[in-house]
Amino acid sequence: MLYREAGQFKTSYAADMAIFPIRQDRIGVIALLVFAFVGIPLLAHFQLWPLGSDYFLRAILIPFLILSLAAIGVNILVGYCGQISLGSGAFMAIGAYSAYKFGTGVHIPLEFLGTEISIAPLPMIVSILLGGLMAAIVGILFGIPSLRIKGLYLAVATLAAQFFFDWVFLRVKWFTNYAPSGSVAAPDFYFFGYLVNSPIERYLLCLVFVTIFALIAKNLVRGNIGRQWMAIRDMDIAAELMGIRPLYAKLTAFAVSSFIVGVAGALWAFIYLGAWEPLAFSIDRSLQLLFMVIIGGLGSILGSFLGAAFILILPIFLDQVPHALGVPVTVETVSHLVFIVTGALICYLLIVEPHGFARLWSIAKEKLRLWPFPY
Amino acid sequence: MKADVQERPETASAGHVVADRVIGDVVLAVDNVSLAFGGVKAITDVSFDIRKGEIRAIIGPNGAGKTSMLNVINGFYHPNQGTITFKGKKRSQMRPYIAASQGISRTFQNLALFKGMSTLDNIMAGRALKMRRGLLWQALHWGPALAEEIRHREAVEKIIDFLEIQHIRKAPVGKLPYGLQKRVELGRALAMEPELLLLDEPMAGMNLEEKKDMSRYILTVNDQFGTTVALIEHDMGVVMDISDRVVVLEYGRKIADGTPDEVQRDQRVIDAYLGISH
Repeated sequence: MLYREAGQFKTSYAADMAIFPIRQDRIGVIALLVFAFVGIPLLAHFQLWPLGSDYFLRAILIPFLILSLAAIGVNILVGYCGQISLGSGAFMAIGAYSAYKFGTGVHIPLEFLGTEISIAPLPMIVSILLGGLMAAIVGILFGIPSLRIKGLYLAVATLAAQFFFDWVFLRVKWFTNYAPSGSVAAPDFYFFGYLVNSPIERYLLCLVFVTIFALIAKNLVRGNIGRQWMAIRDMDIAAELMGIRPLYAKLTAFAVSSFIVGVAGALWAFIYLGAWEPLAFSIDRSLQLLFMVIIGGLGSILGSFLGAAFILILPIFLDQVPHALGVPVTVETVSHLVFIVTGALICYLLIVEPHGFARLWSIAKEKLRLWPFPY
Repeated sequence: MKADVQERPETASAGHVVADRVIGDVVLAVDNVSLAFGGVKAITDVSFDIRKGEIRAIIGPNGAGKTSMLNVINGFYHPNQGTITFKGKKRSQMRPYIAASQGISRTFQNLALFKGMSTLDNIMAGRALKMRRGLLWQALHWGPALAEEIRHREAVEKIIDFLEIQHIRKAPVGKLPYGLQKRVELGRALAMEPELLLLDEPMAGMNLEEKKDMSRYILTVNDQFGTTVALIEHDMGVVMDISDRVVVLEYGRKIADGTPDEVQRDQRVIDAYLGISH
């Protein structure tokens, strides 16, 4: 009843091309953004339910936001451009370690030339964006094989990136500033001279990043380059015969995707983990991101958020269920049960709706438009 | 070379008034082209030309090498021998997108639409070559990028109007009926504003009504925009009605070339289609 677009006429192409052409959607999104930017910090500040403790912000909202961002990046490559990648964890690691190096000062001794390259520590925001840039450059390099190989074979090629960078960050001590344990701690995070420390501030910083990058991603995928990516995904030969250059389309997809994933990696390391070792960006992370994108919906920005929420929050939620119901099971059993139930739910979901949550959401909206009438 | 003016024969008008169409110089020349896949000879020593503004049909029995010929023309296959001259420029090896940027666009025998995209996006994708704004502007989707997007949207809406597919503008093309998909594909090819439009069996699998519509679109495109059309088609009625000149291939060789009337009377063509009694 409430969700009708009757009477909403578009008189310009710009209005028709808006991200949310239906007024109710716009109101909903604005309300959500206001709640995220104002409501949640206020709730957290006054310690009201459900933000009575830091736990909700620290363990759920911040990782949710950062992984959503990473999932958007992966979705651009896998969902929009159709290039399967198993190297997302590596690109997160590149973003994280590059940002770490830029944030603590880069020093490259070039003794054989009798000189050295030294860059003073850069502000954190700049470091994070440079981390994304480094990931984009490496992404382009590892995207070059995609011009010759497709599908599962490409997935294997990107897997090489994953293992290679796992090794690099574990073995090349330069990246960890020669820390004996191989673990590095993020430097203090200043945002234009203001120390970002409390969970609320960290949350807001993540939110700003996610909002901006989600908007950029949406703009790209609805524009010319997004159509080129999807054309390559759907029918690469026809796309080429229509003048779309596979080289340009695929490599831009790799670059944009890796950039966003790299930024997410830097945020993950600096804001969520604080101190980390290479294991934080292992193949598990790549697979987790891929599952998020598949379950959320390939080729959908909204799907990236839904997938991230499902994969991240469901286990946390399931963890609480036996305890809340008063079922006496050991912690160990619960963690096993969580794995079983999550796995079963993923299978069920993919059978019921192979196109993921994003499709479910659009079907629901379609039904809602007609409700309470059947058609 | 002097441009000669041809009147379309009365029979070809198909219920539609034809003004004097100017058939100009040769826009595309195929010279002694041969193409082989390993030991299989798809095309053997074929030469013909396409003049500016004409509708040129390529016909022949199944497996005659017609689609291979189109693939050679738009750079997807590289001929083993022979040359292609388009707009006076001789070409050797080339990538399909270069042919596209020179103004050759095409449709496909088996639909090759972008199934995950809407009709509108499919046709907009046809304008990819014409959109110049870089990645950063597009990321903002504002100012010049938005203006460019709107400008091209207007052009695409004209094509949508012309092909009468307004009602499926936002529908995903994968779910459309076959006839409409063919029309969307024509729209996508037209969005490139081609000088030479290659149509690979535009009427395959269509009923009479849809064929009439499609013929009308092809004639209008040729007439009003002056687009040169080369088409492959099996429906002889359509071919003989709408084309100016016909080239006939059989087993990769050219067996006849000329106006529909000439080709129809050619004994080798009759033999190729009907067989020879022994």
